[in-house]
Amino acid sequence: MTTHQWKHKDLCALADHTPDELITILDTAKAFKGVGERNLKKVPALRGKTLVNFFIEPSTRTRISFELAAMRLSADVINISASASSLEKGETLLDTARNLEALRADLIVIRHQSAGSARFLADRLNASVINAGDGAHEHPTQGLLDAFTIREKLGYIKGVHVAIVGDILFSRVARSNIQLLTKLGAEVTLVGPSTLVPATFACLGVKLVHSIDEVLEEVDVINLLRIQYERQRKEYFPGLGEYTARFGLTKKRAERIKPECLIMHPGPMNRGIEIDSDVADGRGSVILDQVTNGLAVRMAVLYLCSGGAPFAPVTPSATDSLS
Amino acid sequence: MNASLHIKGGRIIDPANGIDRIGDLFVRDGIIVDSLPKNEKGERGAEVIDATGKVVSPGLIDIHVHFREPGQSHKETIATGARCAAAGGFTTVVCMPNTSPVADSPATIAWIQERAASTACVNVFCTGAITKGLAGEEMAPIGALAAAGVVALTDDGRCVQNHGVMRRAVEYARHYGLPVMDHCQETTLSADGVMNEGEWSTRLGLPGWPSLAEDLIVARNILLAEETGHPIHCQHISSARSVRLLREARQRGVPITAEACPHHIALTDGELKNFDTNFKMNPPLRTQADIDEIIAGISDGTITILASDHAPHATYEKEVEFDRAPFGILGLETELALFLEILLHQRKALTLPQILGMLTVNPAKFLRLDRGTLSTGAPADITILDPDHAWTVDKNESSSLSRNTPFHGHSLRGRALTTIVGGKVVWDLESGFRS
Ligand SMILES: [Zn+2]
Ligand SMILES: [Zn+2]
Repeated sequence: MTTHQWKHKDLCALADHTPDELITILDTAKAFKGVGERNLKKVPALRGKTLVNFFIEPSTRTRISFELAAMRLSADVINISASASSLEKGETLLDTARNLEALRADLIVIRHQSAGSARFLADRLNASVINAGDGAHEHPTQGLLDAFTIREKLGYIKGVHVAIVGDILFSRVARSNIQLLTKLGAEVTLVGPSTLVPATFACLGVKLVHSIDEVLEEVDVINLLRIQYERQRKEYFPGLGEYTARFGLTKKRAERIKPECLIMHPGPMNRGIEIDSDVADGRGSVILDQVTNGLAVRMAVLYLCSGGAPFAPVTPSATDSLS
Repeated sequence: MNASLHIKGGRIIDPANGIDRIGDLFVRDGIIVDSLPKNEKGERGAEVIDATGKVVSPGLIDIHVHFREPGQSHKETIATGARCAAAGGFTTVVCMPNTSPVADSPATIAWIQERAASTACVNVFCTGAITKGLAGEEMAPIGALAAAGVVALTDDGRCVQNHGVMRRAVEYARHYGLPVMDHCQETTLSADGVMNEGEWSTRLGLPGWPSLAEDLIVARNILLAEETGHPIHCQHISSARSVRLLREARQRGVPITAEACPHHIALTDGELKNFDTNFKMNPPLRTQADIDEIIAGISDGTITILASDHAPHATYEKEVEFDRAPFGILGLETELALFLEILLHQRKALTLPQILGMLTVNPAKFLRLDRGTLSTGAPADITILDPDHAWTVDKNESSSLSRNTPFHGHSLRGRALTTIVGGKVVWDLESGFRS
């Protein structure tokens, strides 16, 4: 195995990266996972660097995960929300970005409701820009942590059959997962109502299925997305009851899946809607592993984008050399 | 300034009269004449323009431009928009009514006409709104707008969603002989869409604007034109199915027409892969299959008019998140070159006289403008051009107040060399503007 160089300042979309680069991130994350398992959970890799968590669309989970990842790398962290920035006062994203630049931020983690906003900043700033979710476009670190978890639990990604279930049309998690998994040789099936899994998705090299019952027995991973039924989504499916009846991973359905099948969810879960509570907490569920792995993946991304050398495929000594 | 012009030795192409010959063209007191009196020929009187090796065309006409005055003069003024037109070889333009205030009253039309008369270096005609405030609810004072001199009605930028309102507006406009132009967009289908719905909106996670939203209104307009017997013109056609609907309707004799814009045959939605807002326009860039059908429609006479939809926006307005950026791009200065590059040089879809016909006599006839021809006695609006002139688009050389072109850096063939309005040279490539 060779370790590939990581030459990018930013991580905006997994669609932009080669399979080798994506493997590099996963390998580096594996090395960093060891850090979190030690007593002293800190390495000096980003000492003296400043990271700005720029969350225009709120997300406590992702923000905390990036914050903790940065702290474990010894970076200084500032959190900025929409209300704390001047965006609410009519300032443009570009002006805000220039202000961040003037503060000499080294890394900017952005969460924003508009697709392409991370790329917008990345193209205009010297700082590294990490996309923490841009509209329905991508959520690269979520895709990476999902792939990391599959690789960790099953040992490989190539040939794994993954079902992504739910609101695919509006899901950045789905898009990042599709990019990464198909590039690494997994077989991906999208499952959901035909309105939320429209035919155009076939161009991404995935299979489309409009009933969860068709795939239960054959998949190795079921990744259940959070289903939302607010005002704008009402025209896409008839209601939550019907959704659960047709697409929910109920206890009864869970009895039909392969014994080694992984059950994933990016959170926050709607217990009883896309997933039964017992299933979420039961055998095969790796939902909390995903959270833990999110930290390792984000450490790797922050480290690589700020110029750190990729780690060789992990050996215990590689992890030790971090301290 | 000489009152007479002697354009020598050019290839005179006058599609209105089926003329394509090498020869001389004479102008006196702003009118095209058969010859000049002896004492005005040559060095002694008339200004002589050597057009050897060049094409002499009726002044080009663009029936779809946005000049942003009144109300948004930081994007463009009638004066700067007219300079873009002249630099692109256009001697006549037709302004859309989505100004601020909306051009839905005789007072606003009079203001625009006055402004154009005092500041524009080309002819500027106005359209009036179909509905008050472009709101799609109440008819604008169409009779008064007709009296004020508008050449057509349109709610461009918006589309009248209420079919009852649209039907009555078309019936009402018929009485005044005013053609109705329509921006075809069914808004429950386009919803929040900011780009073509398809492979690229799927990849980019941007809300899609399906071509179905255009097709449905094109079909509506065909039925209304057929029902009322009054012409409806579908603006900036972007989809293959719209072209097929129009083709079938025109074969049946329905009084429906359509125009195509350069960007819809030059670029596909794949250009949006980097979220560059200079590729954000309405209707959106679509697919290669759509491009092929639009070009087929231009070749077979389904689409008879070429236009730019020149839509300036300030850089700071475009330099925002993709979904928040305004729709629209500059058009007038690159229009001729793009049509020649694609339709003449690359696709060989039309001859040069056919292309010039779609930029001169066809739009003139449609809006009943006394222009678009080199007939004796016609206003001396003339464009001298070189269909092979190779150049590279540089947005910084634009006469517009805005810079929103997706064609910056593109190498194109074909360019206007001299633009003559009412017998006066207003611009030429070598020396720029004359005033
Ligand atoms: Zn329009
Ligand atoms: Zn327009």
